[in-house]
Amino acid sequence: MSLFPVGLYHFLILAAVLFVLGLFTMLTRKNAIAVLMGIELILNAANINFVAFTRYGGVNLGGQMTAIFVIVMAACEAAVALAIVLNLYRRSQTVSVVDANKLRD
Amino acid sequence: MNDLILISLVALGLPLVAFVLVIFNQKALADRAHLISTPAIAFSLVLSLYVAWMKLKGLPLTTFEWSMDWIQFGTLPGYGPLKITVGVLLDNITAILMVVVTSVSFLVHIFSSEYMKLDSRYARYFAYLGLFTAAMMGVILVNNFFGLYMCWELVGFTSYLLIGHWYEQTGPQLASKKAFITNRIGDAVMWMGILLLFTEFHTFNYREIFALIYQGLPITFSIFGLSPETTLTVAGLLLFSGAIAKSAQFPLHVWLPDAMEGPTPVSALIHAATMVAAGVYFTARIFPLLTGDAMLIVSCIGGFTALLAATIAITQTDIKRVLAYSTVSQLGLMIMSIGAGAVAAGLFHLVTHAAFKACLFLGAGSVIHAIHRAQHGTADSELDAQDMRNMGGLLKKMPITGWSFIVATLAISGLPLLAGFMSKDEILAGVTAYGKLQSTMQHSVESQPFYIDHNAIAILLPFVGGIVTILTAFYMWRQVFLVFFGVPREVSLFERIRESSRVMTVPIVVLAALCLWIWYGPNPLAPESGWFLKKWVRTSAQVIPPQTAPTYAIVPQVLATDDATHEEPEVSPASSPIPSSQTTSTLDRLPQMPHQLALEAERHTVAPIVGEVAIGSALFGLLLAWLLYMLRPGVASTIGRKLGPLYRFSLRGWYIDEIYEIAVVAPFLFVARGLAWVDDRVVDGLVNATARTTVLLSRVVGWFDRYIVDGIVTLVGATVQFLGLMTRSLQTGRIQTYLAWVVASVVTLFVVIHYVVLAKP
Amino acid sequence: MPTLFDIFFYLFAATIVVSAVLVCFSHNIVHAAFSLLFTFMAVAGVYVLLGADFLAVSQILIYVGGILVLLVFGVMLTNRVTNIDIRAAVRARIPAFVLCSGLLTVLILLLTTGHWISYKDQPWTNTPWNKNAVEQALAPDQGTEQEKHDKSGSHGTAPEIGKLMLTDYLLPFELVSVVLLVALLGAASIARQDPVPAKQEGGA
Repeated sequence: MSLFPVGLYHFLILAAVLFVLGLFTMLTRKNAIAVLMGIELILNAANINFVAFTRYGGVNLGGQMTAIFVIVMAACEAAVALAIVLNLYRRSQTVSVVDANKLRD
Repeated sequence: MNDLILISLVALGLPLVAFVLVIFNQKALADRAHLISTPAIAFSLVLSLYVAWMKLKGLPLTTFEWSMDWIQFGTLPGYGPLKITVGVLLDNITAILMVVVTSVSFLVHIFSSEYMKLDSRYARYFAYLGLFTAAMMGVILVNNFFGLYMCWELVGFTSYLLIGHWYEQTGPQLASKKAFITNRIGDAVMWMGILLLFTEFHTFNYREIFALIYQGLPITFSIFGLSPETTLTVAGLLLFSGAIAKSAQFPLHVWLPDAMEGPTPVSALIHAATMVAAGVYFTARIFPLLTGDAMLIVSCIGGFTALLAATIAITQTDIKRVLAYSTVSQLGLMIMSIGAGAVAAGLFHLVTHAAFKACLFLGAGSVIHAIHRAQHGTADSELDAQDMRNMGGLLKKMPITGWSFIVATLAISGLPLLAGFMSKDEILAGVTAYGKLQSTMQHSVESQPFYIDHNAIAILLPFVGGIVTILTAFYMWRQVFLVFFGVPREVSLFERIRESSRVMTVPIVVLAALCLWIWYGPNPLAPESGWFLKKWVRTSAQVIPPQTAPTYAIVPQVLATDDATHEEPEVSPASSPIPSSQTTSTLDRLPQMPHQLALEAERHTVAPIVGEVAIGSALFGLLLAWLLYMLRPGVASTIGRKLGPLYRFSLRGWYIDEIYEIAVVAPFLFVARGLAWVDDRVVDGLVNATARTTVLLSRVVGWFDRYIVDGIVTLVGATVQFLGLMTRSLQTGRIQTYLAWVVASVVTLFVVIHYVVLAKP
Repeated sequence: MPTLFDIFFYLFAATIVVSAVLVCFSHNIVHAAFSLLFTFMAVAGVYVLLGADFLAVSQILIYVGGILVLLVFGVMLTNRVTNIDIRAAVRARIPAFVLCSGLLTVLILLLTTGHWISYKDQPWTNTPWNKNAVEQALAPDQGTEQEKHDKSGSHGTAPEIGKLMLTDYLLPFELVSVVLLVALLGAASIARQDPVPAKQEGGA
């Protein structure tokens, strides 16, 4: 396992690191928008994996197709999530995921 | 559907519509109810007249029938298809009775609009009249036992409502209950008869049943192990029980005199002209299946009732009770006639009786109404307005009512020139022929399960008829003399009496006119030549097995002559005896059985003598009444005192009510009280004991429930609650905590799988 | 000796990691959003390295042009500039760090111990969608004019993706368009000003 030449492993490890960083963002941030950013990082990591597998192992463009769909779903998710966050902010003057626990009880 | 049947149904529906309109608008209509009811019944009368005209004039030999499936039960296992059909049977007697019912009803409607003027339930009264008329039309029109039974009950129910019209008073209350219960007894037995036939033949239709019986009684037609022939006798008598109650025959006649508690027009319509005649009509309807034994019993019941009621009527003082017992007596004559095989004569008497008895009742109503008005606001208001002993000489004050009453009385006594003579003469001739033939019949003991000495009993029937004729003339003329002739016994009251208004007298006069002979035949002394008997109504052929028919010794001789005298073509039974459901069936052209032909022939031979005897008897009764009540007014009471016990026996109606009180009502009440005691002590005691035991048990169970079951449940609940508290700390509601748990789980899972599960040994 | 490919890879990888770390740890959420911009751009670069040109363009268009703008809007709308909240609060960093390092260890362990079959070691060549270019390079004069035009240079992945989108992936394509529509409608509906005043919430 060497630094050169760059192969599938390197892409996978890059994706893993990006994934863990996104996860860390999700875990530690209080701000809901920041949590959303973490989610985007995780989705990007997954996409890198898909594309890398397509490049190194695929016989067709299935991985890229999936990545495209993931991007579209990410757009949907961002739109809905931000709408929810805005609504939450309007109702309770906060965007903290820690404080948004009314449904618990 | 035939046009005539459709019109008949409309004639039936009109009174029903009037009933519905009036009963639901009582308050709005109030004393204007007759404005709806009377036109409806008038139109119904017009339609009935049209139907009768078309039927009798144009198609006297055709019978119309129309049926429809009413309720389909599908096919039952072990039984076959089960359905209930309703339909209309339109033959000559139906057409005639439609006219009778609607015309009497129409006249009574008119009469009532004056008579009931001040009644507080005027609208309801007219509504009930409409319902009664519709139900009565139903009885006449339906073609099956099921529909008949429904209308039959409806007729009885309206009768109950109308008898109890003045239910604030005790008399009408008790009378209506008595009428209803007595009728129920007969109807229940009648229903048994209907079901007996239905069980075997799987149909309610009259003609289908007759056809099936004609084809031969199946061996399965049997109850209590009796032979099919005897079972047919039983079935006929069970059916006849309905007529016993409805037509007030002994032993169920007791309700009719009491029913006079109702309004007088109701008595005229229901308890004289139509409803009580329904029993006679029904007996005539089922006549084809009456066996020889059944015929004898029917005629004996009729004869006994006629005699019984006539003997009671001679001592009654209430103007309406005399007429009531007279009705019972006349109905007895009709039943006797039908039982004796002279069905046409019985039906003829039914029609004429409807006219003159309705006239008599309306006349009595007019008298009572006049007295009531005279009493109004005077010291005489305590007098009984219906007691003939308070009347007298009323002919001067009420000439129209009086003369009409006299015409009707002439008719009922059976004097020539009037309809009553024609029908009564026919009945007497028929009964005489029957008695004569029965006493000479060949009788084999072993073929009859119930041995009845026909000879001894049947020969009495003509004499009963003669005695009843004398008594009828006597008590009717006694009534006329007491009410309309002689000196007024209550002078102050008498002075104020006025003739009733036109609205009341016109129906009476019309009915009196209907008592004349001309409506029924051209020759007042020869009823045989009248169109009623010659063209319209013929005694229907019997369908009973030949061995159950009475066998007369003289049959072979008369058969030949009889065939020659009858112009109608006889269809031989072999050609096509099975009637189909078509409009015209061969059943209508079925030849009469030999014994019937023998009766016909015999009747022809005895008729002239009987006619003379009938006139003589009637005149004798008239003279006797004149003698006792006009010539020597005091003699009657002297005789009554001399014959004290007999007089009271008659006055109290042979003590039959008292006998029933002791023999039926008292034991019934005794048993009822006993049962009530049992119910009160034993059953209630058991129930109470059960209740106490249950309470005790429930306490034990309750303790168990509270401490054991509830304890377990509480324990489970507490455990769950504890576990919930434990796990609740995990449920922070913070997404990130959940996420952290997920990540931790993934890591842990990997470690476990990698180093524990997949670890190489 | 690193090739140009390797150098670009490490360049993009470094950009991704650094900017992602900034997203994680930046105190200012606006800064985090800007770092995210660089991450997305670098990921697009990685896509280019992996021969996914259409995807790289999509990444820039959608992520940078759409999602990121949305996020920045969100930040702007929900944070008053003077508010202390603009400094993104963090919590429980230590356990999160432990967990994440554990997960990273696990992932790297899995990646390195697993056996990945990689049969295309030469980038830029040999891929099905670059085959034309290779054939063109090897035999430039063969075929008809039309074939020559088809084989002239790389057409990228866009035509291929377009064909796939309307053939094999037609159903997911339609579904995802419906989902997108519904999401947009839902977002509009949720974000709409509530006709009922918020004071009702205060009582609840």
